Amino acid sequence: MLVPLSWLKDYTEINVSAQELEKKLFSCGFEVEELTQVGKDISGVVVGLVETCEKIPDTHLSLCSVNAGEHGTFQVCCGADNVRAGGKYPLALVGATVIETEKDHKTVKGVATIKKGKLRGYESFGMLCSGVELGLTEDLYPGAGYNGLLVLPDDAPVGADVKPLTGLDDWIFDVSITANRPDCQNIFGLAREVAAVLGTPLTEPALDYTESEEDNADFTVTVDAPDLCPRYIGHCVDQVKIGQSPAWMRRRLALVGCSSISNIVDITNYVLYEIGQPMHAFDGEFLQGNAIRVRRAKQDEKIVTLDEKEFSLTPENLVICDGDRPVALAGIMGGLNSEIRDTTKTVVFEAAKFMRDNIRRSSRALGQSSDSSACFSKGVQEYQTVMGMKRALHLVQELGCGRVLRTHRDVNTGNTLEPRVMKASVEKVNGVLGITVPEEDILRILKSLQFEPVITDGELTIKVPAWREDMESYPDIAEEVIRMYGYDHIKPTFLSQAKVTMGGRNIRQKTLLKIKRALCAAGAFECIHYSFFSPADLDLLRLEPDHEWRNAIRLINPINEDLSLMRTTLAPQMIRAIYRNQNRGRMAGRLFEIGRRFVPKSLPLTEYPDERETLCAGIFGQGESFFTLKGLADTVAETLLLDFTYEPARLPFLHPGQTAEIFCRGEKIGYLGKMAYELEDEMNVDRNRRESCFVMEIDLEKLAGWFGAVPVFTAPPREAPEKRDLALVMDKSVTCRQVEEAIRAACGAVKDVTLFDLYEGAQVGPGKKSMAFTVTFRAGDEPQSAGAVDGYVSRILKKLSAMGIELRS
Amino acid sequence: MEKFSGLEEKVAAIRAKIEEAAAGMDSTKAVYEGMKRFMDPKKGVISEMMKEMRSIPAEQRAEYGKRVNALKAWAQERFDELGSQVKERELACRYEQEKVDITLPAERTHAGKLHPITQVREQLIDIFASMGFTIYEGSEIETDYYNFTALNTPQDHPARDMQDTFYLSPEFLLRTQTSSGQIHVMENDRPPIKILSPGKVFRSDDDATHSPMFTQMEGLVVDKHIALSDLQGMLDIFVQKIYGEGTRTRLRPSFFPFTEPSVEVDCSCFSCGGKGCRLCKGTGWIEILGAGIVNRKVLENCGIDPDEYSGLAFGIGIERTAMLKYGIGNIKLLFESDLEVLDQIDD
Repeated sequence: MLVPLSWLKDYTEINVSAQELEKKLFSCGFEVEELTQVGKDISGVVVGLVETCEKIPDTHLSLCSVNAGEHGTFQVCCGADNVRAGGKYPLALVGATVIETEKDHKTVKGVATIKKGKLRGYESFGMLCSGVELGLTEDLYPGAGYNGLLVLPDDAPVGADVKPLTGLDDWIFDVSITANRPDCQNIFGLAREVAAVLGTPLTEPALDYTESEEDNADFTVTVDAPDLCPRYIGHCVDQVKIGQSPAWMRRRLALVGCSSISNIVDITNYVLYEIGQPMHAFDGEFLQGNAIRVRRAKQDEKIVTLDEKEFSLTPENLVICDGDRPVALAGIMGGLNSEIRDTTKTVVFEAAKFMRDNIRRSSRALGQSSDSSACFSKGVQEYQTVMGMKRALHLVQELGCGRVLRTHRDVNTGNTLEPRVMKASVEKVNGVLGITVPEEDILRILKSLQFEPVITDGELTIKVPAWREDMESYPDIAEEVIRMYGYDHIKPTFLSQAKVTMGGRNIRQKTLLKIKRALCAAGAFECIHYSFFSPADLDLLRLEPDHEWRNAIRLINPINEDLSLMRTTLAPQMIRAIYRNQNRGRMAGRLFEIGRRFVPKSLPLTEYPDERETLCAGIFGQGESFFTLKGLADTVAETLLLDFTYEPARLPFLHPGQTAEIFCRGEKIGYLGKMAYELEDEMNVDRNRRESCFVMEIDLEKLAGWFGAVPVFTAPPREAPEKRDLALVMDKSVTCRQVEEAIRAACGAVKDVTLFDLYEGAQVGPGKKSMAFTVTFRAGDEPQSAGAVDGYVSRILKKLSAMGIELRS
Repeated sequence: MEKFSGLEEKVAAIRAKIEEAAAGMDSTKAVYEGMKRFMDPKKGVISEMMKEMRSIPAEQRAEYGKRVNALKAWAQERFDELGSQVKERELACRYEQEKVDITLPAERTHAGKLHPITQVREQLIDIFASMGFTIYEGSEIETDYYNFTALNTPQDHPARDMQDTFYLSPEFLLRTQTSSGQIHVMENDRPPIKILSPGKVFRSDDDATHSPMFTQMEGLVVDKHIALSDLQGMLDIFVQKIYGEGTRTRLRPSFFPFTEPSVEVDCSCFSCGGKGCRLCKGTGWIEILGAGIVNRKVLENCGIDPDEYSGLAFGIGIERTAMLKYGIGNIKLLFESDLEVLDQIDD
């Protein structure tokens, strides 16, 4: 919210600098996002009296001698048509900064520093300025819009700085107002806080007016939707003389960024900024039936608003109608059909309270907004509605632009504007803060905020003004006290009265962290991806139309299509991350993520979906293979004191010959495999400079039952175990696991079977392969006899032989 | 002496031969062979001399044996000496051959790293766990009730505009704050409550400083006599642990629907110590979190008597903390999984 310092000063005395006020506001809860001086770009410009002024022949220029008082008298060349001897104009001295314009003298180009110049051979020591060159407009300062020199008043002191004279020394505070303080979304509301924090008296804006005896007696206001409009005040004004507003009003509106339209419209805007009450003025002549009716719109009812946009409405939208048709979109914008024109003779002023949620929703649904709708969306209080109407009528009389009739219609739901009494013990208030604020300070602060506090035997009674709807109970009082008393009075305590509690991670949290740390130790980097992904990610995986992963929860209002589905797999984001790395020249790496997949139980959602904590790992680069990824899976298994087994599988996005499903104790828990080559082509990576990637997903929820298993200690045997290496030849189709299992099955003394060599080629013949294993036998505390071990080996070889597996000769 | 004619000469000759042979003994093997030649119990030159004892008259044998044994002792000593000299030379030679350029690059297995967000998250958990907080991770998909209504943000509350919410259905949404976890805990547990609720949250913001998903950590204490001073005392410890001893906090008024009073918490700039620098934009303070005293209505909504108990709550942005702590300029970098980003932070 923009707040000019000069405007604030209408309501309270401000005897501190703008910067000091900024700090004070900050300390009591109003952050000033920006503090700007109106003439921040202007410096070194003084009042100059042109003493002599002579035309330079054959040019549009005049050669002037300008008296700048204490600064001296300067020769200045001037091209303006309104320069004359005896006139007073802004003189930018050499070294001054002013606004630089294009050749049209209107369009702002930037800021320029004035240098000594030479025009047509005549030296010029400074520049006489136009309003535009001082950053002024006609609304900000009368005469500033003229395309020529800005004429200063005759009594302007020669040599004085022009900034105070022209209001360029004024400050604009851009204040951020929290959502609980809609009463401060206007200049007078903020002035209340300023007066409180500075401890200065507050003056209300003038609200008095006199009604004429004339009455528009037939005029009616009906509210059919009091749930959306608890208060509607209409007041008639006739003998309206549409014209320009006075300079002071135009200037203020300009300072808050509102353009001046006409006196009647400006009054409504002025009240909006000053009191925070959005107002509307209807041309009475166009109100058919001399009536106002507030009702929900009919389905498909149409209205054209002031900005000539047509809207088709629904009963969700509130409209203001005359006897016949909508004349305004309530709280958002007036209708074109009842707009104030230059010829308007009678006006009906509207001040109403519309419910903020309805205005916000209508504004959003229709895509139409205004300062009014923004104000209603934040919340308007009936106190402001009543005050706003009085202020508008006062201004009509002050500006002399109409006759205030006695026709006043106030339709309300009986809400009181009287202060509410609230009681709380001083002890409770202090209890919230953890300190004891002296009673005299509590009284002083609450008095400055117009709460009329009384303390009797430790019991605090306050009267909450109608504009403070946010005040609900004693913590609110505590907040009022401490924000004015100062948070720096709080003395930190460390839960001095709280009970001791047990803290820490539970088993699940510890286990997930343990898995992460184990994967890091195995060289993998943790990454975090968004919980939502793109439909294109599902297509990337080439999933069948009925694949369960396609059953994803859709966002109603995603930022874009790429972030529109709750992810059902972590793989596509991992794959994209890997190729994003390759695009940046990172050609090898290991990544993993532990995050949630979202599995709906029903769509659309009627209950919480399943959020399944899932591990996804992706590896790429020279030296990585299906088996190094399998190693990561086994790392997870080991971390959880489990064993995984692997079965060949097919997945549409993985290599058909290098894909496995992962099982744990008979249950499928995930998959791993090499990414299919078709997907590589879709990655935006140089064909000749890319590495295959391997990806794995494990559903950690399926393992959660085994989290927290405690390892059991077995004392190691004293003797070293016996080992035998067996090089075996077999059909190519025999799998490593079949051999391993056969060896174990043949002999109970086998502890480990480890493949150490795999060979296919001429030496073993076509259709055959050789696998060499180290077989380790269980050791005990006594040495094993060579004979016993030889017996084991022959049992193993016999069993293998039966399977067509022979020792390699 | 004349009794053993030539013995002296013979001893001297053997000594000389050993010395002569010693000059050529440049390996352990040569020393061993030399030793064998002279001292082999069967064929060695000195053993031969011992065998000759039989031909020595009995009364002279003791003397003869003494002389030969002296020679044997001397030779043994000499060969031991030669052996150790050669071994020393050989080792020196081996060491020389095995000398490496120690400036060649190191060989090691590279460990990965936890994500910077996880690192900060776990640091915060450690700090608050030591204060007696347990960890509650709620669901990312929440109902309107838990995300807003129960947190004193009913449908028409202007605070709903403060956060742009992603909706999944009229009832379900992506949680905009981890505060929703407060309600689940307070519905199920009774005071004293100390919980920390970390997790992903979502808001419809996407620009240089906002990510539509980010990580928050909500803290909640509910017990008797919890005051604003406790909040500041706890947060003072927190900032000192995270940003270093000597870091202070400052409270200033703010507004959140679920706390009253509500405060923004700034910490003294850990880069300049409060003097004013680029990081703190010259103010000496850095905004780090929002907090407050739990709104009575929130306690009531959860069936906790607000006249008996009070609470404090705070919400920390993990990305912001990580970015401030490690000087990461762009939040998006945290979600791009660039190995060069992920490999930098190990705290």
